Order: sequence, then C-alpha cells, then structure tokens
Amino acid sequence: MSAPATEPGTAPFVRLTAVTKRFGSAPPALDAVAGEIFGGRVTGLVGPDGAGKTTLMRLMTGLMLPDTGTIEVLGYDTGRDPASIQAAIGYMPQRFGLYEDLSVQENLDLYADLRGLPKTERSRTFGELLEFTDLARFTTRLAGKLSGGMKQKLGLACALLRKPRLLLLDEPGVGVDPISRRDLWKMVGNLRAEGIGVVWSTAYLEEAEACDHVFLLDKGRLMFSGPPAEMTGRVEHRVFRLSGIRGRRREALARLLEEEGVVDGVIQGEAIRLVMKPGLSPPLGDTADAADAAVTPPRFEDAFVDMLGGGPGGRSRLAETQREFAEGAGRPVIEARGLTKRFGDFTAADNITFDIPRGEIFGLLGPNGAGKSTTFKMLCGLLKPTAGEGRVAGFDLRRNAPEARNRLGYMAQKFSLYGDLSVIQNFNFFAGVYGLSGARKRERIGLMSEIFDFRTILDMSAKDLPLGLKQRLALACAVLHEPEVLFLDEPTSGVDPITRREFWTHINGLVEKGVTVLVTTHFMDEAEYCDRISLIYRGRSIALGSPDDMKARVASKDLPDPTMEDAFIALIQGSELKEAA
Amino acid sequence: MKAERKMAKAYEPAGRARRFAALVRKESYQVIRDPSSILIAFVLPLVLLFLFGYGVSLDTTRTRVALVVEEATPLTRDLAASFEASRYFSVVTGRDRREFEDDLVLGRVRGILVIPAGFAAEHAAGRHPSVQVIVDGSDPNTANFVQNYAQGAVANWERQRLSEGRTPPPAIAAEQRFWFNPQLTSRNFLVPGSIAIVMTLVGTLLTSLVVAREWERGTMEAMMATPVSAAELLAGKLLPYFVLGLASMTLCVLVAVFLFDVPFRGSVAALYALSATFLMPALGQGLLISAATKNQFLASQLALISAFLPAFLLSGFLFEINSMPTVIQWVTYAVPARYLIPSLQTVFLAGDIWPMFARSIAVMFLIGCMFFALAARSTRKRIG
Repeated sequence: MSAPATEPGTAPFVRLTAVTKRFGSAPPALDAVAGEIFGGRVTGLVGPDGAGKTTLMRLMTGLMLPDTGTIEVLGYDTGRDPASIQAAIGYMPQRFGLYEDLSVQENLDLYADLRGLPKTERSRTFGELLEFTDLARFTTRLAGKLSGGMKQKLGLACALLRKPRLLLLDEPGVGVDPISRRDLWKMVGNLRAEGIGVVWSTAYLEEAEACDHVFLLDKGRLMFSGPPAEMTGRVEHRVFRLSGIRGRRREALARLLEEEGVVDGVIQGEAIRLVMKPGLSPPLGDTADAADAAVTPPRFEDAFVDMLGGGPGGRSRLAETQREFAEGAGRPVIEARGLTKRFGDFTAADNITFDIPRGEIFGLLGPNGAGKSTTFKMLCGLLKPTAGEGRVAGFDLRRNAPEARNRLGYMAQKFSLYGDLSVIQNFNFFAGVYGLSGARKRERIGLMSEIFDFRTILDMSAKDLPLGLKQRLALACAVLHEPEVLFLDEPTSGVDPITRREFWTHINGLVEKGVTVLVTTHFMDEAEYCDRISLIYRGRSIALGSPDDMKARVASKDLPDPTMEDAFIALIQGSELKEAA
Repeated sequence: MKAERKMAKAYEPAGRARRFAALVRKESYQVIRDPSSILIAFVLPLVLLFLFGYGVSLDTTRTRVALVVEEATPLTRDLAASFEASRYFSVVTGRDRREFEDDLVLGRVRGILVIPAGFAAEHAAGRHPSVQVIVDGSDPNTANFVQNYAQGAVANWERQRLSEGRTPPPAIAAEQRFWFNPQLTSRNFLVPGSIAIVMTLVGTLLTSLVVAREWERGTMEAMMATPVSAAELLAGKLLPYFVLGLASMTLCVLVAVFLFDVPFRGSVAALYALSATFLMPALGQGLLISAATKNQFLASQLALISAFLPAFLLSGFLFEINSMPTVIQWVTYAVPARYLIPSLQTVFLAGDIWPMFARSIAVMFLIGCMFFALAARSTRKRIG
C-alpha cells in the first residue's frame, strides 16, 4: 500500500462508501452516506442534533463499525485496522475527553505518553501547544476548573500532541464564548495550512460558511456535499433585507410568510430578512409592509431552509387561540433590580438590572457559564438572590414567588419533559402543576394536541420523540395555562432550522397578543429576533439595547456592517479594556 | 507504509510500558484527588469495622426469658434458682405458661422455659426429665441462642448436683468446649469476615464506579481513540485499585489486631496471598459491571446487589451456610467471599492451614479468571 498523499486534489484522507448505521429499530442514524474528505482542508459535518454527525465521527475513528458500507481512513479500513488509524488521527470528542481532576500539564503528559510522543520532543511540543492555545499560565490548574473555552483549547492541544494527519473535532464550538471560538478557528486555519485534514462537526449553520467543504446531514442523510459557497450560491440574489417596516414588524413578517413566492423569513433587528422564490422580489410600495428591500448576501441557513422546501409559514394557531393581554398601565411586566447571586466567593450574577414592558422579547445573550441561567432562575423564583430584587407580573419574587410562577410559563434548557411519561401524561402532569382542572384542563390539552399535532402520538413516551417534537411538546406544556410571561432557556439549541422557524412563529404570534418573553440564547442569529438584549459576560451585563443598537455601536470604517457576533466580541473586548484601565 | 508499520511494531514493548505507566499514574492522581475514592477505600471500611467491632454482637447476654414452674418442689425450685443465677438470662417467674404467651409474641420476653409438672417425680425415678423451651421461631438467631443456653443451663445444674452427690450420674454427659475462640466473642470472627466485605467494596463497587465515570464523562471515548489497547486500559485500571484494595485491607487488619485485640495467629504471607487472590474476582466483577452498564448509578446498584449483598449474606459471614436452603447453598459456591471468609477467620483465629487456603485460592483464582475473560470480551475498543 502506498502512503496516502497529503495534497488536496490527490488521494482522499477519508473515503466513505455507502455507509449505513442503525441503532435498534429507529430509522438509520446514517443512511448510505458516501463522500471523500481531503487533507489541507476544513471539512464541516453540519446538521441539527440527531443528524448523524457524532455517529459519523465515531465511525471514522474506528470506535464504531458501519452496518453496511466501508470507511477507509488514511488508507486503512476501519474494520480491519482501527489501531493504525487511531495511531495517526487526533480526536476530540464532544466533552473534550479531559480528566477534570488532572491538571493541564498532567492531561498533556498523559496523552503524550499514550500517543508515544518521544521524551526528547516533549518540551518543544508542549511549549508550542501551550503558546498556540494560550494556556501556558494555567499548566498547574485542574482541567475541571478551566472555563469552557479553555477546556476546549486543552482538548485540542491533547488531540494535537503527536501531529495527527487527520483531526476530528466533534462539536468544538458548543458552549464556548465567541472569542474562544474565533481563536479556535484561527488555530484550525493554521493546521490546515500544514496539510492536516480537519473535520469539524457543528449544529451552528453559520459555522458551515467558514469551512472549505461541507457535508450537510439531516436525519442521517447527506443533503449536500461541496464548498459552502456552492450551497449559498443557490439562493444568491434571492435574499432580501426589508427595512422601513410599517407597523409592527412581527405582524408584517407573519403576513409576508403567507405570501406566494416567499420561501423563508426571519426578524433581523428592526428589519426582516426574506428568501424569495427564484425570479420573484418582495412586495414593496405604499400599501406593502416594507418601504425598502435590498439584496443581501445569502447565508448557509437561507440555502438550507430553501433546500428543505421553505419555512413553515407565518400563521400560529397557538397565537390565534391565545387570549389578549391588554397593555398594562405603567409598570413593566418583568423587572430586575440589581440582581446579584454569589456562590461562595464566586459571583455568578453581578448587579443585573433591566425592565421588560408588555409584549416585548428580551434576550439574555452570552456564552455558557456567563450567568444567564442564574439570572433566569432568580427571576423565576427558583434561586434566591444574594442582593437585589426581581418582579414578575407585579409580584415580588421574594414574597409572592408562587403567584408570580403561576403567571409564567417556563421552558427549560434541553426541554424539561418527563421522558418516561407519555405525551398525554406530560400534559396532565403540567396541567396539574399549573392548577388546571376539569373542563378547562380538557379544553386546553385538547387544543394543544390539535395545534401541535400530537393527537396520533399521545401515548408515545416523550423520550422516544424526535428532537423537534420534544421541543414542540415542551413549548406546549409551558403555555398550557396561558401564561402572560414566557421564560425560554436556550429554546432552540440543536434543533433543525424548520423547527426553529416554527417555534419563533409561535413566539412572535404570542408576543403580538401581549405575552412578554424572556429568552436566553448563545445563538447570535437568534439574538436578532429580540426587541432588546442584554449581553451577559462573566456575571455582568456589559451592554443593553436593541440588536441594531449594539451593531451600530461597534460599526467602524473597517467593519461597516458588523454581524451580531462581531458586535458581541467588540463589546466584550471593550469591557475588558475598561476593566483593565 | 509497510516499513513504517514494522517500526511501529518494534517500538511496541517500550510504548506499551510507557502507556501503562501513564495510565497507572493518571489513575493514582485521580484516586488521591477524588474524595469519594478515599471515602470508599478508607472511611467506609473503618465505619464498617467499628460497626462490627462495637455495634454488632451475636453474643447473648442477659436475655429476658419467662420461667414457668408448674409444680413447686424443692428440686424445681433449685433448678429455677440455677436459671435465675445464670448470667445469660434475666428471668421472670410464673406458674402458668399462658401468663407469658402475649409477652413472647410482643417480644417482651425472648422465650418461655417450662419446668413441667412431674419434673421432680421423673427425676426421682432416675430418668432425665426435660425442660420445655418455647421460643419465637420468627427470630431464629435469638431462638437458637435461648434454646442452646437453656440446655446449657440445665446441663450445668445437673453437673452441679452431680458434683454435690445429689443425683446419679447421667448415662452420657456431653460437655461443650469451644476451640480457638474460647470466649466465643463474636467480634473475633466478625472482624476478619468484615475485611472481605471491605475488599468487595473497594474491588467491585469503587472499580465499577470509576470505569463507569469514564464512560459518562466521555474520557473513555477519547482514550480509545488513542493507540492504547483495550488490555492496557483494563490493566491500567486494575493495578491501582488492586493496590488500593490491599492498602484498605491492611488498614483494617491493623485496626482489628491493635484496636479490637482480635488475635492474629497465622502468617502475614497467608493473609496477603488470600486477599490478593480474592481481589481478582472482585476487580473482575467491577470491570464487568461497568463495561456492561457504562453508567455510575446502574453500576453502583449492580455492584451492591451482585457483590456486596452476596458477600454479606451468602458467604457464611453472618448466616451459617449449612442452615440455608439447598438451592441457596449451591448459589453460595459462586460467591468468592465464601472462600475468603473462612480462610481469613482461620488466619486470624487458628493459624496457617495451607491445604484449606490452597483450595480457597484456587477457586477464587478460577472465578477471577472467568470475570476477567468476560470483562475483556465486553471492553473491546468499540462504542455502542
């Protein structure tokens, strides 16, 4: 066997031939996936949770075997010679594979020994990697005490110890602040330049655009394979940014989504982003919803939604059946006044203050561990603030937490359903929790099952539902008692873009009926669906305002049209400078 | 490529040793830094030992019994007095057993001793009249003791009368004598037995927990994607916990001998040979459980049910194997602690009896090999 070439365009590093993998009787996790991965490139495995990304990664490491089809990695078959593959690749699994009770240096030593890095090369390699990852100051710190971003860099360093020819990174961007994520991309860029083949899996569609080649997976099927520009090229000149919206933009969006020719649409700050069918342009003019429409560069997500046949439309039956909450006089619906929470000497949330008037979507944006969930829990009365006060629907959370909680619907991260209960049992349980009974309970549960299409699957266990349906069920349970306030904790992380559209259509509709929404997210795109956001970083709110505000604040000559992520990074860097000064 | 592979092979032994050393070092750091390891390996054993050393005693002292003397004669009064004088009983007396039936059912007395009418006449006729002992069979341990001690007390009384020349000698007089543990202090056989339980805790429970934790935290996956072989991974786990198990055993032995004054009549060599062999099935079972469950909660439940409880209940530690139903007796042959506990008790209380130890060691070794084979089979370098 000749050595596989390292040049792109010659022999591939990975060759997938009709790879199928099933787990139990479920639909296949991977269905006849074929393709080639080359060195000197970043190949993205892109798709929502449950698309088959992790399974494909594990198949490539030889830790799992396909049911049918073959996988050849660096010239070796994964079934016959996994040891040779494992000696030549670097693999960072989802949780980085670090030992939390070992220090940074001890983790490096361990992996250096396991990968057989010669003693003579160690000090040089460690030095390089520690500099590369900027971890040199933390070598004695336990891995468990590192931030998400630092853990990820250490995981990467461990995978890079013996310069691999192929580097497999499973969702390295999850739970990491945007600055670290940007650093990581830079590092990966350097590796690519050395001819290393990098495979990067992600559920963030915007990360696809940074890859050289994309494998787009959905429910185990390979939807697209090619450079991301080829994908976005399909909707080139079909994406418009509508500005000068007349009236309320969420109502306008709902109307537009029902129009012939509109494939997809989302709120983007004060504007609306529309994807049109080929050759059509958005309705404009005096009677139309928007004054201006400008062609805007397409994103990967636009093309994915287009490929999937467009979004779910703008009508929300949930919102149509929702009673209206009248404009309250004066008082905001949610108030946070100097909310502070300390755990020992660690301040998880520091003096968080904001007001949310009725019918507004307010976002808490920030990386994992920044203090979003802590703030959230204080406002639901689940966590007692060390200082400050919170009010929801006029009730002080310290004195009247139960009354406040009765008026709010809470959808927790990862959809807090009882997996072993069936759909109907979950409904009954949440109805009981929210004090619904008799005719009203039957009516609400009936309505929810109808709106969300649960009638045929009422007896299925919640844990067996596909992710999209779980998310729907979680929303249905949270709004069962028609709350006037909705708390959504990372409501759409990992779900496919169609489910995400559908979810926001409902939320937009509810907001139009006067429901007030507090949402946490680390999706920069999602932040643009909010009226106002608070940027939370290291426990503090470092900026508060509308998404357009934030972007305008950091716009400069070099960066005239910053993205939300650009704004986030610039604002964090600004606050760090201020702190240092 | 071929040349490269050959070179890799040539480096193999050195690489293997280094990988193994790295795994052992990693595991040792984790043991030292993880409070739960210390808890299971050192604190829990001590708690257990103190419990058996001080708290649990199978000796009966001053058990409350009812004494019914149906016919008052000088002879029966004399026997009654001898019961009252016994240091094993605290006696309430009456004339009719029906007075005490409720007390027995409610547990206010542990037994009713009846000196029946006609006892004196029988005795005078030179026969050996019997004393009736009524006990609560739902508490077999206590029932047994009451019965045995009552018989002992009667025998004592007869002996005493004999020595005083008041009764003709019985045809055969049985005299009990306990060897090796003459005071019959239960602590002396409970403490060595509990050392087997302690090693089960460290070997099976702790090992299954730490391996399952690696699966849960995703570190196992990362390990497997390196050139480490499955055998190295297993061995790297085994050695540290083998040493930890022996360390924990040593601590227990020291406490037993110096704090509880349990005699130690055998050799240290025998103690370590037995313990080391016992750790094989214990560790093997731990590895097998964690490989099969990959989940800390399930692993701990399985370890408790399949290793800890059998070591407690089916090993002859607390309950006589001979008095178990036959089917259960068969099951006990698969419990490694069944072989260790009598041998350990022998090492402590009697001394080295190598033929017995050799048999125990051979059986534990066999069970250990079986567990290892199963564990190795289920810990291939594959996920799912």
